[in-house]
Amino acid sequence: MNKLISSLALMAFSAGAFAADAIAQTEKQATNWHAIIMFCIFVTMTMGITYWAASRTKSTADFYTAGGGITGFQNGLAIAGDYMSAATLLGLTAMTYTQGYDGYIYMMAFFAGWPIILFLMAERLRNLGRFTFSDITAYRLDQGKVRTMAAISSLTVVCFYLIAQMVGAGQLIKLLFGLEYNVAIFAVGILMMVYVTFGGMVATTWVQIIKACMLLAGGTLVMLLAMSQFGFSYTTLIEKATSVHKLGDKLMYPGSLLKDPVTAISLGLGLMFGTAGLPHILMRFFTVTDAKEARKSVLYASGFVAYFFNVIFLMGLAAIIIVGQNPDFFEGGEVGKKLIGGGNMVAMHLAKAVGGNMLLGFLAAVAFATILAVVSGLALAGASAISHDLYARVIMKGKASEATEIRVSKIATICLGAVAIVLGILFEKQNIAFMVGLAFGVAAAANFPVLILSMYWKGLTTRGALMGGYSGLVSAVLFVLFSKSVWVDVLGNAAPLFPYTQPALFAMPIAFFMAWLFSKTDGSAVAQAEIAAFEDQYVRAQTGYGAASASNH
Amino acid sequence: MSSAMYERMRANPKFQELVARRGRFAWTLAIIVLTMFYGFVMVVAFNPTALGQPVAEGSRVTVGVAVELGMFIFFWALTAVYVKRANTEFDALNQEIVREAWKEEK
Repeated sequence: MNKLISSLALMAFSAGAFAADAIAQTEKQATNWHAIIMFCIFVTMTMGITYWAASRTKSTADFYTAGGGITGFQNGLAIAGDYMSAATLLGLTAMTYTQGYDGYIYMMAFFAGWPIILFLMAERLRNLGRFTFSDITAYRLDQGKVRTMAAISSLTVVCFYLIAQMVGAGQLIKLLFGLEYNVAIFAVGILMMVYVTFGGMVATTWVQIIKACMLLAGGTLVMLLAMSQFGFSYTTLIEKATSVHKLGDKLMYPGSLLKDPVTAISLGLGLMFGTAGLPHILMRFFTVTDAKEARKSVLYASGFVAYFFNVIFLMGLAAIIIVGQNPDFFEGGEVGKKLIGGGNMVAMHLAKAVGGNMLLGFLAAVAFATILAVVSGLALAGASAISHDLYARVIMKGKASEATEIRVSKIATICLGAVAIVLGILFEKQNIAFMVGLAFGVAAAANFPVLILSMYWKGLTTRGALMGGYSGLVSAVLFVLFSKSVWVDVLGNAAPLFPYTQPALFAMPIAFFMAWLFSKTDGSAVAQAEIAAFEDQYVRAQTGYGAASASNH
Repeated sequence: MSSAMYERMRANPKFQELVARRGRFAWTLAIIVLTMFYGFVMVVAFNPTALGQPVAEGSRVTVGVAVELGMFIFFWALTAVYVKRANTEFDALNQEIVREAWKEEK
């Protein structure tokens, strides 16, 4: 295994060298050795951690949840890392750059879910769950059916989110290393497989922590350097930005992204409750010792996220002047044409403009690291849905040995890596921030309703959970499929069948209603037993007595 | 996990007290956040121009930016308040309940 890791690391190095050659031939811009070297340092460091983590990943608990031994502060950083994805860094900077205040509204919607998760979910999640959030939905319901449903919707969310991350990776590496888009996608997919299969949750968490620190430091530095050009004055920044931006004073108004109320509300719902339904975020609640640490995780995570969103907002505004007025960053050297590398490269251009190739290199390495780390977290969440829920609980009915379960999850990781590569190639042209919105919509409609009902509503039965979960999933996917973003932009039809791009406002009520209706009308004896079992579940949810803890091994 | 333990904990009046107090506190905070956030979304949806106005005559800071920044800080402060109270007061009560249930077992 050691050999394999080092040979893969070597591959990454030589790929970097090859990229430098390619850039020298095709682009006359300065060589990006800084970026290549810094990225290689990151890969070497994380490979070292993966090697170390591999030696302490023996049980399924180690693999899925790092043995529950992560502290609240570490987990807070890791959650923030999971949440501050490449789509956040690149997509939201770009959104602020083009739409101004709309970008900030998006950030608020991304953030507002965190306090709600803390108040209503964090301690129950920790007290009831073990490896995946299906542990909670299936706690007193039919294991096989409910876990299958939860695994399917988890995998759907993971796939949507993976697309966003992979597309970001491809664009970034294409710009930075001069590699072919497809080659870049393969590099990310393969590195991710190595982290997850060998290091499990221990490696994934530490990769995430390192990257979160790098991201916070890099973003802050770029923001400070950019703001120094405006004498650290927000007033000067806004005056200049509104005077050069094509939106003018409208830059600071809610604008075209949220032009109708339905879209605005639906987006707000989708982002808020989607956060509470993302499998890779929910999984993080099981990596800490107890509810106390779980709460602290959210406190730290939301602090970092809130801080970073404000940094991004300032970066996006500063980029309007620093990047938007500099012909060097436009194709053909003409201000107003297409940005080199596409719209999502605003943050990268800003780093170059304020800190030269050194800072560009650092931020690019951070962005690449971000993609790797988030993709790894997603892959682990997806793999656990396959191995822990589908294989160990549904197919083997809890009789699988730990060794085979881990083996299945490693195979699942490799399959997910392959799927991510294929999807990344298929969806090359999509806006990545938008894809994340879709992932959130499905998470909000398919995962969240059943999860919250299973924790709060005594009357939920297996039949209700299944109908709620599947109807939420199917309706969210169909609404997205029939909306403009897929039906018109991808499939090339003339008009969308569904007028709105955000599914949450419509799909969430469907899921809740179906769960309620089919639970209420379920008069079977099994349903009565499930309802009766709520009492014990409730005591455990409140007190944490009987919860899986780090002291188990 | 023994159902008898859960039964004893449920019967403990302190359990009812914990659930009622923590639940009331959590829901109060959640409702504050939900009301403010969706109130804000409603303004975005139905009265967007209000958010583009300057907070004061001649200022470049708009109402929307000021309100949002305030919400970022306030929401985070609420999480800090909840974590502080839950990790001290409520957890102490919680441990008492579990301890008392154990004592009865022996």
